[in-house]
Amino acid sequence: MRVVVDLNRCQGYAQCCYAAPDSFELRGHEILFYDPAPPDEARPRIERAQQACPVRAISIEPASLDREDAL
Amino acid sequence: MTGDPGIVIVGASLAGLRGAEALREGGYDGPLTLVGDEPYRPYDRPPLSKHVLAGELPPEATALPQQRPLRAHWRLGQPATALDRTRKAIRLGDGSEVPYTKLLIATGARARPWPGEGAHLAGVFTIRGRDDAAALRLALARPPKHVLVIGAGLIGCEAASCCRDLGVPVTLADPNPTPLARVLGTLVGGTIVECLRRADVAYRAGTKVRALMGEGGHVAGAHLHDGGLIETDCVIVALGAVRDTEWLAQGGLRADAGGLTCDAACRALTRAGDPDPDIGAAGDVARWPNPLYGGREMTVEHWGNAVEQAAHAARSLLRPDDPRPYRHLPAFWSSQFGINIKAVGLAEGADAVAIVQGDRAAQRYLAVYGRSGRSIAAVSFDQARWLPSYADRIAEGAAFPPILDATDQGRVEILAPGFPPARPGPAADERMREMAHV
Ligand SMILES: Cc1cc2nc3c(=O)[nH]c(=O)nc-3n(C[C@H](O)[C@H](O)[C@H](O)COP(=O)(O)OP(=O)(O)OC[C@H]3O[C@@H](n4cnc5c(N)ncnc54)[C@H](O)[C@@H]3O)c2cc1C
Ligand code: SF4
Repeated sequence: MRVVVDLNRCQGYAQCCYAAPDSFELRGHEILFYDPAPPDEARPRIERAQQACPVRAISIEPASLDREDAL
Repeated sequence: MTGDPGIVIVGASLAGLRGAEALREGGYDGPLTLVGDEPYRPYDRPPLSKHVLAGELPPEATALPQQRPLRAHWRLGQPATALDRTRKAIRLGDGSEVPYTKLLIATGARARPWPGEGAHLAGVFTIRGRDDAAALRLALARPPKHVLVIGAGLIGCEAASCCRDLGVPVTLADPNPTPLARVLGTLVGGTIVECLRRADVAYRAGTKVRALMGEGGHVAGAHLHDGGLIETDCVIVALGAVRDTEWLAQGGLRADAGGLTCDAACRALTRAGDPDPDIGAAGDVARWPNPLYGGREMTVEHWGNAVEQAAHAARSLLRPDDPRPYRHLPAFWSSQFGINIKAVGLAEGADAVAIVQGDRAAQRYLAVYGRSGRSIAAVSFDQARWLPSYADRIAEGAAFPPILDATDQGRVEILAPGFPPARPGPAADERMREMAHV
């Protein structure tokens, strides 16, 4: 699955790191390092991370995309 | 096939993708085509000069999420080469024609190649696309004996930081006394000099590379203007970006290597100076009069602008009856040497800088730039928490230094920002570079 974080918006609050520690990691004081292509099994945790982010900086590709994106 | 060819987006990267999403979100239900020069679906560039070079992310992991169904035709691996506004069609590299009802131009920029001798030697790299980053990553993994980075802008510093993380010796050469001198001034640039020193990067201030020379087709050294020589087997050229917009100029639009000029609603201007209501532009390629700066024309080559401007230009295409000006406070982030740097506004031309939070010596602070008594920009080093409050003040044009009711605001130190003197050359060219993520 695909993930992108708006790092202008991100405040380094680290809530995402608690929700999905395999995919989000805080480095130094406030650098967020994240996996933009986590495995599909991680989706529930990543969705929790998205919900937990206080500034709504995390965007993810919807699970239904492939089905609905066809021409 | 219906008679309506629909909306065509040229440039399938961040602005192109976000423009497409905004068109669908705005209720556009007709045919949608994305034309892209690169063979890949849209991907994210910021990780390229950071985690991809460091070997932490494979280049293909940077593909961007598509946030909604687009039901689009993707024409990838084909550049648009000509625009015919009378017949409302573009031509692609393979000679085929793509008609459009409306067009969104999001062709971004490409890395400025090494302008001097030696540009084609093996071991000379630029960083703009996935393939560039993949090739440079391979070279860094070998590893080289000594890397030379030419240009201490954001991308040059990020690359130097990655080299040191990999344990590769690196020299960073720039004509200015500190990195980011034109973007943030030499006072704040001094913080990066300190980072470079700690990370063991050899920073060569006041240094201009004249030519690259090779041995057996591979780069071996860099000749300097002052007669010196730097021995290197890997050169990273980080000198900013240019745009291939000749095809637009031939189509009767106001375009040059600095960008495609638009009206305030992000619609492309014709040579005659009126907007073409059927052609919008967004992202690194778009130059528009920003109402936040009294209508001064600018391009903003940062991630956040590509996202916001794409949505704005999409709206202008869908609502020609109600064009609205695109008011944008430029912003960027960068991470290097373990520090998170974030900035808002345009610091260029500031006459003072105030350290409003934190401690400069500890390399953790927030600085606000002032000009003629107004707050115009702010930068934070590992101090992002307060940045949004200052961004609001800056957008309002608040007095300098700005006062927040912040409890942890200590004594405010006011200093000279130390911008280098303006370079000779056309003013437009100056403006173009100042706002680039170079
Ligand atoms: C290495 C790097 C690191 C960066 N890091 C940061 C960062 O940390 N923070 C930040 O704020 N910003 C950063 N940026 C800037 C940010 O990535 C850009 O502002 C953003 O990519 C602009 O998006 P865009 O879609 O306008 O242009 P681009 O991403 O340049 O995309 C334009 C696309 O159009 C294609 N194209 C060009 N000409 C044609 C044609 N004639 N026909 C068809 N297709 C064409 C190109 O191949 C490209 O795929 C970075 C940029 C780079 C290169
Ligand atoms: S929760 Fe949101 S703000 Fe906090 S680190 Fe994660 S992305 Fe950034």
